[in-house]
Amino acid sequence: MTGPNAFVRQELISALPPPLMASGVVLWLRQRLFSGVFNSVLTVVSVALLAALLWPTIRFLLIDAVWSGSSREACVGQAGPVGACWPFITAKLTQFAYGIYPETEQWRVDLTYLIGVALLVPLLVPRIPYKIANAFLFFAAYPVLAYLLLVGGYENIGLPHVETRLWGGLLVTLVISFMGIIGSLPLGILLALGRRSDLPIVRMLSVIFIEFWRGVPLITVLFFATYMLPFFLPESWKIDPLARVLIGVTLFAGAYMAEVVRGGLAAIPRGQFEGSTALGLGYWRTMIFVILPQALKHVIPGIVNSFIALFKDTTLVLIVSIFDLLGQLRAGFADQNWITPATLFTGFAFAGIIYFAISFAMSRYALYTEQRLAVPR
Amino acid sequence: MRRRSADGVISGPPRIPFYNNPRIRGVLYQLILLAALIWLAYEFVINVRANLAAQGFSSGFGFLGNTAGFGVSQSLIAYSESDSYGRVFVVGLLNTLLVSAIGIVFATLLGFVIGLARLSQNWLVARLAGGYVEVIRNLPLLFQILFWYLAVLGTLPLPRQSFSVFGQVFLNNRGVIVPAPLFGEGASYVGGACLLGILATIALARWARHRQDLTGKQFPVFVSGIGLIIGIPFLVLATLGFPISFETPQLRGFNFVGGIRLIPEFIALLIALSTYTAAYIAEVVRAGVQSVPHGQSEAALGLGFKRGLLLRLIVVPQALRVMVPLLTNQYLNLTKNSTLGVAIGYPDLFGLFAGTTLNQTHQAIEVIAITMAVYLVISLVTSFVMNWYNMRLRLVER
Repeated sequence: MTGPNAFVRQELISALPPPLMASGVVLWLRQRLFSGVFNSVLTVVSVALLAALLWPTIRFLLIDAVWSGSSREACVGQAGPVGACWPFITAKLTQFAYGIYPETEQWRVDLTYLIGVALLVPLLVPRIPYKIANAFLFFAAYPVLAYLLLVGGYENIGLPHVETRLWGGLLVTLVISFMGIIGSLPLGILLALGRRSDLPIVRMLSVIFIEFWRGVPLITVLFFATYMLPFFLPESWKIDPLARVLIGVTLFAGAYMAEVVRGGLAAIPRGQFEGSTALGLGYWRTMIFVILPQALKHVIPGIVNSFIALFKDTTLVLIVSIFDLLGQLRAGFADQNWITPATLFTGFAFAGIIYFAISFAMSRYALYTEQRLAVPR
Repeated sequence: MRRRSADGVISGPPRIPFYNNPRIRGVLYQLILLAALIWLAYEFVINVRANLAAQGFSSGFGFLGNTAGFGVSQSLIAYSESDSYGRVFVVGLLNTLLVSAIGIVFATLLGFVIGLARLSQNWLVARLAGGYVEVIRNLPLLFQILFWYLAVLGTLPLPRQSFSVFGQVFLNNRGVIVPAPLFGEGASYVGGACLLGILATIALARWARHRQDLTGKQFPVFVSGIGLIIGIPFLVLATLGFPISFETPQLRGFNFVGGIRLIPEFIALLIALSTYTAAYIAEVVRAGVQSVPHGQSEAALGLGFKRGLLLRLIVVPQALRVMVPLLTNQYLNLTKNSTLGVAIGYPDLFGLFAGTTLNQTHQAIEVIAITMAVYLVISLVTSFVMNWYNMRLRLVER
């Protein structure tokens, strides 16, 4: 058939791998890290920076750390570099968590947390039904229950009174954040509606209220609530210091919340108002059944972001002598038994991890809802 | 207008009871609200008077003239313990403005660097910047202030073992000591020369724009402006024989003499405020740059713009429209957050006035009202200026 020199290959050659420099990891590295001299220098500097930051931190927190002991002796006087002094945290853990809440009553705090988590988790997962009932339980029934549990005053059923003076640590941080949240949301909604109202006096008062609280620093609000508020009230009213702070935080956060909600209201098309008016709904029914459900859904990320700000701002109460987590931490530093070179960094690392974890979780949740609610374009 | 016709059918619009008329209702609601507020205010006044009388505190603003009798660790103007509370107020206000102004400068610089780094093509750089923003924004500011003050600056060595930077700047647990400028004879002319340079630059810019409008020729305003602003003062300095010198701090005994000591409270507050606000500014910068549609850059490149001009004439002006209000907001936040210095004892307006003065005079109402008013005025003035600026920058749609 063919000449003796002809050769016809019978099967396909297997494909060559793509050139190494133009695919996969190598390409990615070339494009994203070493695309030029300047970029390469940046990469090298970044790696050095990262190493200089991470390695000492890991060494301090884990490798060189002291894990057990009962006093400062455990954390000093050893050869080699001193790492984190974790026994300090272990020793102070109850104070960080409960302040000086009586030890025999601390189960009440734990129980409150437990109920809170049990109500909060189903609220956050979109797939679980009964959202309205759940929200009612969490925002209306739970605070009452928590108040009864934490404050007590019922000797006969085993809930003796615990003064808020004894509260402290994470308990105070969470109580202020939570009460601030459930107080500021309704206040913010009312103020936002007031600011968009047709009634001139209502509108003016809302604007003044919102701009006033937004214009002053939170710490002046706390001072106002702690030192000035008692003068305004009848002498017979003895307001608990924690309650005063709660009032201040709520007013302040409410003004910020109002602006977030206003953004949501502004996004509702006019037709919605006109439609519900045409159906014969009055102002409040229009708002409650038509406008607010849509508006609030729009601004869930903004609301969560205000919650994050509020959570971080609770630390300010230590300036008016209420010992939240940061306040307890600072008090712990003053303990003569635990003064070591590593105590400060250990304490800040511990509190920092807690603050970061809670804020970061909230911000991720905001991002998640934002993506879930986003209209696909 | 209801009429009954012959066959008994009612016609015409139905009569609405007055309390169902929305307009009358609105007026009624507002009157009730006003009455409630007036009653509340009345109650407050009554209570305040009763409480003040019961506790025997004086009231009024007369205390501002009384002798303060306490020392202040940092003051920009001459201050002694025998000065009045009014002067304490001024000292505090200046300290607040000082830390805010310097903080704003640092926060802006750092924020722009980090914001642009977050947009970098370089994956690692973008991630590092992102990590910075996440960590800083998710930790409370007060936590960071205390961290810098107690853990970082508090653990610096004693003055005798100070860290030294080129033998000029010293770091120890009493603060940072930097060389102090000594102004000789004629040094004050330098300030005037700077001003002259700035004025000359403005005039030059106007002339260059005018000429470009007429002839289309461009003039390197930026370079010549820098030359004018630096060159004129330098010439003045040279002719006067350099009357400005620096006094290096010296260790004598247990402490330093000479130089300027920046107190650790100031340093800690400044670092914390700058790094914290920088994380927010970085986000503002990112939002601003990303708000300019990519098509704008592509179109400009298509028209033959060079990279620098593209940024200067196309991207930056459009990004600024988004960024400026947000930036101002951050600057205001920084100023308001400077009150947190009270936790570490920085003598700002809040610490000196609502802190020490309140403790000594017990005039809570006056002191807190004054303090709140100052911050309120700063906020409101800034937002009025901002609204005016926004009006000017607003997109004019044709």
